[in-house]
Amino acid sequence: MTTETLIPSTPSPAVGDRKLVLVGNPNVGKSVFFNALTGLYVDVSNYPGTTIDVSRGRHGAFAVMDTPGVYGVGSFNDEERVARDIVLAADVILNVVSAATLERDLFLTLQLADMGIPLVIALNQMDEAERHGVTIDVAALAERLGVPVVPCVAIAGLGLEEVKAALDTARVAPDDPALAALLATVPGDGSRAERLLVLEGDEVVSERLGVHDAAQRDAVYGTRRDRVNAIAEAVSRHRDAGVQLSVTIGRWLLNPWLGALSALVVMAALYFVIGDVVAQRVVGVTEGEWMAGKYEPWMRGAVAAVVPDNWLREILVGEFGVLTMTVTYIFGLLLPLVVGFYLFLAFLEDTGYLPRLAVLMDRGLSAIGLNGRAVIPLIIGFGCVTMATITTRLLGTQREKTIATAILGLTIPCSAQLGVILGLLAKTGAAWTWAVYGATMFVVLVAVGTILDRLLPGKSSSLLIDLPPLRLPQWRNVLRKTWTKSVAFLQEAIPLFVLAALLVGVMKVTGALANVTTWLAPLVVGLLHLPREAASAFIMGLIRRDFGAAGLTDMALAPAQIVVALVVITLFVPCIASVVVIYKERGWKEGTLLWVGSWVLAFAIGGVLARLIGA
Amino acid sequence: MTLAEVARGQTIRIRAIESAEIRSQALRLGLGVGATAVCEAIIPRGPIVLTRARQEIAIGRQLAQSIHIDVIS
Repeated sequence: MTTETLIPSTPSPAVGDRKLVLVGNPNVGKSVFFNALTGLYVDVSNYPGTTIDVSRGRHGAFAVMDTPGVYGVGSFNDEERVARDIVLAADVILNVVSAATLERDLFLTLQLADMGIPLVIALNQMDEAERHGVTIDVAALAERLGVPVVPCVAIAGLGLEEVKAALDTARVAPDDPALAALLATVPGDGSRAERLLVLEGDEVVSERLGVHDAAQRDAVYGTRRDRVNAIAEAVSRHRDAGVQLSVTIGRWLLNPWLGALSALVVMAALYFVIGDVVAQRVVGVTEGEWMAGKYEPWMRGAVAAVVPDNWLREILVGEFGVLTMTVTYIFGLLLPLVVGFYLFLAFLEDTGYLPRLAVLMDRGLSAIGLNGRAVIPLIIGFGCVTMATITTRLLGTQREKTIATAILGLTIPCSAQLGVILGLLAKTGAAWTWAVYGATMFVVLVAVGTILDRLLPGKSSSLLIDLPPLRLPQWRNVLRKTWTKSVAFLQEAIPLFVLAALLVGVMKVTGALANVTTWLAPLVVGLLHLPREAASAFIMGLIRRDFGAAGLTDMALAPAQIVVALVVITLFVPCIASVVVIYKERGWKEGTLLWVGSWVLAFAIGGVLARLIGA
Repeated sequence: MTLAEVARGQTIRIRAIESAEIRSQALRLGLGVGATAVCEAIIPRGPIVLTRARQEIAIGRQLAQSIHIDVIS
């Protein structure tokens, strides 16, 4: 059965576009259904106007669309807004429900049922429910809901074919009389689903329909919760199954000491996988041997044969060549890093570990105007700051996004840079250099967060998350997720990197780059007590953070000078690609403030530090 | 009392949730007004973790201060 589901369904363009939409709570195995339905031909793209990735594919006559995992559709966050709009356009919905958490999942199910869209339920994770001592009367559930319910253990391939067969029997759930009465009070000519959302207080849909003051969310939600509880109660039987090992481990992870220990282990593993294996060894081959060693000389030769030795050749294949440096950067460095990082992250995500880490980090992050969820972009920052800046989108409010972006831009060194920084610190042969560098970054991180938290208007959102059960990840799912995320990131990032390289190339050709280095030199010597040449290392750091740090490796610097130089190079904003992303995400005003601010801060703190530690 | 004052192992019933938005979000997760849950873990000065129907939900400390509860046992 498992192998059959791997065979891609033949796309059938002739038949109309009936839209099949997959909807479900987070971590219910929805992607396994999507993969089984659509096969290998899947298109992942950003949902227009947002930053949420949406997968599309085909299954027979259906155009299939996935939605982000949500607890309900509405306007509470970006995921919900995307899910809402996709659901509103659906002809048929496949709602994936976890049998293990029926009381939670059925809330979304009843919302979809109330919308009046034809529905099929895949009752997944039957095995997990069984292990927890829960037995569900599937026939009774189908009867109560009035729509087909198919029991499944999707990761084992059980029930997938039955779900496919059931799609044609999708039905609109019978009206709930109390709700129908309420719905009748909503004016305007929206669809039933739209009127329901208006009743639930969805501002966006209300605005679209031009209906105001019709919201009765507490009433609708309250009644729905009661209906859900009654159904769940009636169809499930519980017996004592004892405490599962995964539950016990999950509780250990919430213990502050064991949790901290687990976080250290994860960070060490992350450093080993990304910082050591990928950033050093793999990149050594892909960037050093393949790209710089083979591809670049070939490309330079090919271009030299056609383009005379002028500014154009400089821009194409010069020091910052669009066809040399940029291509090497993207395929030699970025690609392995991004894939490695997403692999690690997808694995962690599927274990259910990250939400527990967020719980542990919530207290500390709350102190700097963030909440526990911000731990995810911060971790990603140690991989690639550009990637992490994009991930700040998952944070609840604008102020949290600003704070996280500032912290990422200033204090978090990316993996490419981290390797060189650690190497240089090791070269000093003194333990105090590590302490001073680490302490400076920590103080700046806390100070920036605290100050921004005070200055920015509004209030940060609080943590309210569901902790998924701990699970052993399925490799196929992890690999698939890694693939789709890497492709989505590269599609978004490649134009930015090309643009950034082009910008620097033009600066080089026009002499602007040399000018900046000359202006910077007195500051570097007078303020930071570093040799003149460090100025060009800093400028290189603009293009690629690790270039900057690497430029320092060849200079004869005292340990104190190394610390000052590393602090400055970490603090001033990341590589030019992340600057572009910061501008794109945060707008020109905030972006400029952050960029200029980081230069001022980097040199000010570097100057103070130089005097304190006698560089 | 508020959820922030709960002790580990206590069973509580939710009496009121101040913010309308949080009220709706909590209701979706099964934590409506009147719902009972067990305090599973408390991170010192950090979030409170509740268990209800084999499902664990973490609530930030600040938010917990705006959730009013009764201790049942």
